[in-house]
Amino acid sequence: METRNSIRPFGPVVIDIENITKDYVMGEEVVRALRGVTLQIRRNEYIAIMGPSGSGKSTLMNMLGCLDTPSSGRYEFNGKNVAEMDDDELAAVRNREIGFVFQTFNLLPRATSLRNVELPLIYAGIESERREARATQVLADVGLGDRIHHKPNELSGGQRQRVAIARALVNGPSIILADEPTGNLDSKTGEEIMDLFEDLYQRGNTIILVTHERDIAVHARRTVHLRDGLIEMDHAGFIPELDLPVAR
Amino acid sequence: MKRFLYELSESWKIAAAQMRSNLTRSTLTALGVIIGIIAVTLMGTAVNGISIGFDKSMAVLGDDVLYVTQWPWKPVDDWWNYRDRKKIKTEYAETLNRMIAVTPNSNLVVAVPTSNLMRSIKYGGNQVDNVFVLGTTSDFIITSTIDCTAGRFFNELESRGGANVVVIGYDVADALFPAQSPIDKSVLINGQLFKVIGVNTRQGTFLGLFSWDSMVAMPLGAFNKYFSAKSESDVRVKVKDKRRLTDAKGELTGLMRRVRGLPPEKKDDFSINEQQAFKSTLDPVKNSIAIAGLFITGLSLFVGAIGIMNITFVSVKERTKEIGTRKALGARRRTILLQFLIESTALCLLGGFIGLVFAYLMCFGIGKAFPSFPIHFSLGLVLVSMIVSIITGLFSGFAPAWTASRLDPVTALRYE
Repeated sequence: METRNSIRPFGPVVIDIENITKDYVMGEEVVRALRGVTLQIRRNEYIAIMGPSGSGKSTLMNMLGCLDTPSSGRYEFNGKNVAEMDDDELAAVRNREIGFVFQTFNLLPRATSLRNVELPLIYAGIESERREARATQVLADVGLGDRIHHKPNELSGGQRQRVAIARALVNGPSIILADEPTGNLDSKTGEEIMDLFEDLYQRGNTIILVTHERDIAVHARRTVHLRDGLIEMDHAGFIPELDLPVAR
Repeated sequence: MKRFLYELSESWKIAAAQMRSNLTRSTLTALGVIIGIIAVTLMGTAVNGISIGFDKSMAVLGDDVLYVTQWPWKPVDDWWNYRDRKKIKTEYAETLNRMIAVTPNSNLVVAVPTSNLMRSIKYGGNQVDNVFVLGTTSDFIITSTIDCTAGRFFNELESRGGANVVVIGYDVADALFPAQSPIDKSVLINGQLFKVIGVNTRQGTFLGLFSWDSMVAMPLGAFNKYFSAKSESDVRVKVKDKRRLTDAKGELTGLMRRVRGLPPEKKDDFSINEQQAFKSTLDPVKNSIAIAGLFITGLSLFVGAIGIMNITFVSVKERTKEIGTRKALGARRRTILLQFLIESTALCLLGGFIGLVFAYLMCFGIGKAFPSFPIHFSLGLVLVSMIVSIITGLFSGFAPAWTASRLDPVTALRYE
């Protein structure tokens, strides 16, 4: 793809977090997963969040995805304070504003691609015909126009992840939040999926990749490195030598 | 609202898919409910049948007839107050009829005397013991639901003349004349010959309650001639309009006080009874049978419900990750709650439906095998069992569904 390294102009701020912390109580011990993270993400960004396991990467992703709320600090999503939302409001944000892509795809095994992609639309209260039309359209967009009536076990890994991406896109979310999206795929299929993300970025989507793989992170236009619950580095592009393992 | 409907239909689809994919498990779980519903439905049917049987036996008494008796038809604590009352005499009926005739707009139609006692009855080598022998007038047919399947009831002429004729009940006829028509044969009661002129239509007995099938009726004149010694007498009075039974009762009380010549300060020395009074003493019995029966069978349904609860808990556990995914995609707590409630309810409804089909077939079989038992399978019962199934489903699904809806999405997504 020739546009690979082109950077699209940024839009308004979507995610604005300031000094957030998250503590977990594990038995008697308090684990401080995030120790004060400040981050702004604008519309039309393509950002990779990197870090070794235990760095707080997953916790930060859960925060960004409104699956969890911070122990302290400020989190505004499209100008709305997430920390003060109740369960139903968080569910609504996840439904309309965030498109999740998981490492393990997380498709409903007994439902067709179409039904899987329709699911967020059901939760959004869209009527049946519009649901079907929209889901069919999005499946075609990710290159699965001929697979809409297949069930996950009739699809390859790459195709399953495409269904999951279609499901993430179907409600027109503000951000796509992908957690190790190629973790369960071979490298060739993984590249195809990354091409799809590039394509989505070029079409104006905001993408947040959470990964520990450099090969994946290089696709992003901005990289945030986490270590021990803090942002170690936040820079444009991908600088491979900065991501080498550091002796502790 | 619209979203709720979409979620509802989505939940039904999921429930159906879930049952299909776990067919063995669903069947075994539903079996508990199937057995429960069969038990409850059959018990309901039996209770219904008993109730109908009681009512049928009660119908013998007639709901538009008042009975003048020495003892009331209800348990009394002060029996000594009734023991010394004067006996009811059959002659009162005539006096009452004369009074009714001169009362304008009377609520009463006719008074009929009856005397009865138990005797054996013989024909040839056949004998039936403990037959209810009734002496009455030809007006008896007005107060009774009695009907003749062969021959006729005795007429006014035979009644006044005290002719030696009898009308016999169906079972008596069956026992004495197994292979021939009883009409115009002479039967022996207490050493006297009586000509059979009619046989009653079969009424059916239930739980040994009184039935016309084991009775013999004869003119009061003949009865008094041969059996007056130890007989019991009462007077039954037909009411014009059963909706005005209370008025009729008041009028009859007045008439009876005149017959007995009671001064105003004296209390009634007779009782006026109606079918309803008898019913109200039987109803508690009927109800306790129903409550005990339904409680015991309800326990089996409860066990079925626990099975459903258990399997729904398993289902929630197994699909923790799916619940996490759904929450990530925007399912709210109540969406998840609804989904699992519907799954358990669908399972119970299916079990209930199958159970109902079995229960219906069994009722049908029992009805064929024992025609005398008044079994009754009603639409109401179908509705009730379906509602019970739904309630069972909601009851047994609630705890697991609640657990599912409260799952933390992060933990659920990480669950393997």
